[in-house]
Amino acid sequence: MKGLQHRYCIVGVGNTAYGRNPGLSQLGHNVTAIRAALDDAGLTTADVDGVLTKTPTSTFPGLWSTRVAEALRIVPKVCATIDQAGASNIGLIQFAIGAIELGQAEVVVCSYGDNPATGSRSSYAAPKGDAALAGLFGAPSAYAMAARRHMAMYGTTHEQLGNVAVAHRYHASLNPNAQFQDPLTLEDYHNSRWLAEPFHLVDCCPVSDSGAAWIVTTEERAKALKQPPVYIEGLGQGHPAWDFHRRGDLTVSGARVSGEAAFRNSGLGPADMDFCQIYDCFTIVPLITLEDYGFVAKGEGGSFYEEKRTHLGGELPVNTSGGLLSETGMPGPHLIIEAVRQLRGAYAETERQVEGAEVGLVSQQGGIMTTHATMVLTNQPA
Amino acid sequence: MVEPQTTDRSAKAALLPAPTEVDAPFWAGLHEGELRLQRCTACQFYQYPPETFCYECGSTALEWKVANGLGTVYSFITVHQRYHAAFVDDLPYNVSIVELDEGPRILSNVIGMPSESVTVGMRVQASPRPLTEEQSALYFERAEG
Repeated sequence: MKGLQHRYCIVGVGNTAYGRNPGLSQLGHNVTAIRAALDDAGLTTADVDGVLTKTPTSTFPGLWSTRVAEALRIVPKVCATIDQAGASNIGLIQFAIGAIELGQAEVVVCSYGDNPATGSRSSYAAPKGDAALAGLFGAPSAYAMAARRHMAMYGTTHEQLGNVAVAHRYHASLNPNAQFQDPLTLEDYHNSRWLAEPFHLVDCCPVSDSGAAWIVTTEERAKALKQPPVYIEGLGQGHPAWDFHRRGDLTVSGARVSGEAAFRNSGLGPADMDFCQIYDCFTIVPLITLEDYGFVAKGEGGSFYEEKRTHLGGELPVNTSGGLLSETGMPGPHLIIEAVRQLRGAYAETERQVEGAEVGLVSQQGGIMTTHATMVLTNQPA
Repeated sequence: MVEPQTTDRSAKAALLPAPTEVDAPFWAGLHEGELRLQRCTACQFYQYPPETFCYECGSTALEWKVANGLGTVYSFITVHQRYHAAFVDDLPYNVSIVELDEGPRILSNVIGMPSESVTVGMRVQASPRPLTEEQSALYFERAEG
């Protein structure tokens, strides 16, 4: 696979507020985040020739990117809406690089914004068929199946799942913008009501409104811009694809294939990562993801968390913003923003900064671990 | 759930899909108390859900066979949250992924025992129950012996 070799960068990031954000439409979240990202980069809408988005999951409108472009008064050369669920956040970057590589665009904005907390949730309406007939509704129940299987296969405990919620909340307590900033103890975890056992309520991310945007361009173009560039060094995808209950092994995610590709692509490996931002819609997912990337052996994700090795200041800080579990339940785009800000040293002199961070990994996935994409970023020039 | 609640059967019945030309033998089988699966006559693969082609090899030469009705719990959850009115009387209830001896995995419920007593790897047998005069749904119970 051809390496990316510092040729593409993320040069601007932006987001709208987290939590409940009444009054801001889906379009408003996209537009506001994109304008913030352009300001951050020192660019204007006139510089943009590519607009890529993920469709807002809560209502699944068609041709979403064209509507976002219109709302920005941009007539793009490249415009597409991608559906890989959460993995789209990195899929958009892959599409952007492809377009730039082919000479079709130079400055591409990527965005994902939605308002399921205060707007409609029509696409989550109760389904019919086998799942409904069995009384299985919603993502927590399906992910809980993966958690139970992992517990049965590897001895993963409630305590260990609880440690994920506690660790990410600890990081969120250092994040003044996080949706949940109050510290969470293991006792709180165990007292949290059952949703779909083995999941308590706090094993699950909240439903949140927010928008995020990130801008991709060439290393050449980045030189003249406002922010130090963050280089995209590795990209990978891997899609387990089949419906969760029919998949070969429900304790394995797409991180295995997608991570291998991104590591190969970047010439780096797990040992080179200074931090990870991992899609953590439910507590079981970071465990499975860290295992599948090879940071720990299969089945050892739980003890890795239990030993606090993922805390800021530990050997591999994970989800330094609080992640989906505590910063915002928006499906993943804010993890890219957090990775970029860490690599810019945006939190310098505070506890939240991963000191000396040079290389970081972003994991995105969607469905019920149905899709997966991995990205390796660095602030180090070639 | 110990038994799909009688008071709730009409609410659950509303969740039944209308049988199609492709899956009608499955539903007819359940109502007669047996689990029928499609089998590919080309590669012998058993499949669920029913289709017009074989998921494994693509052949359209499919036949219906009566499954032995036995399977193993691959994973399960206990639902405590009120997600749907049809299940309110069942809370907390079991949802299981059952791996049938013939291969396919099916989402269903293990009934006749509290969900906390279900275990991954437990042997179960199909136990369809009528939800309407014309249609039954698939449930499982702990297998005997």
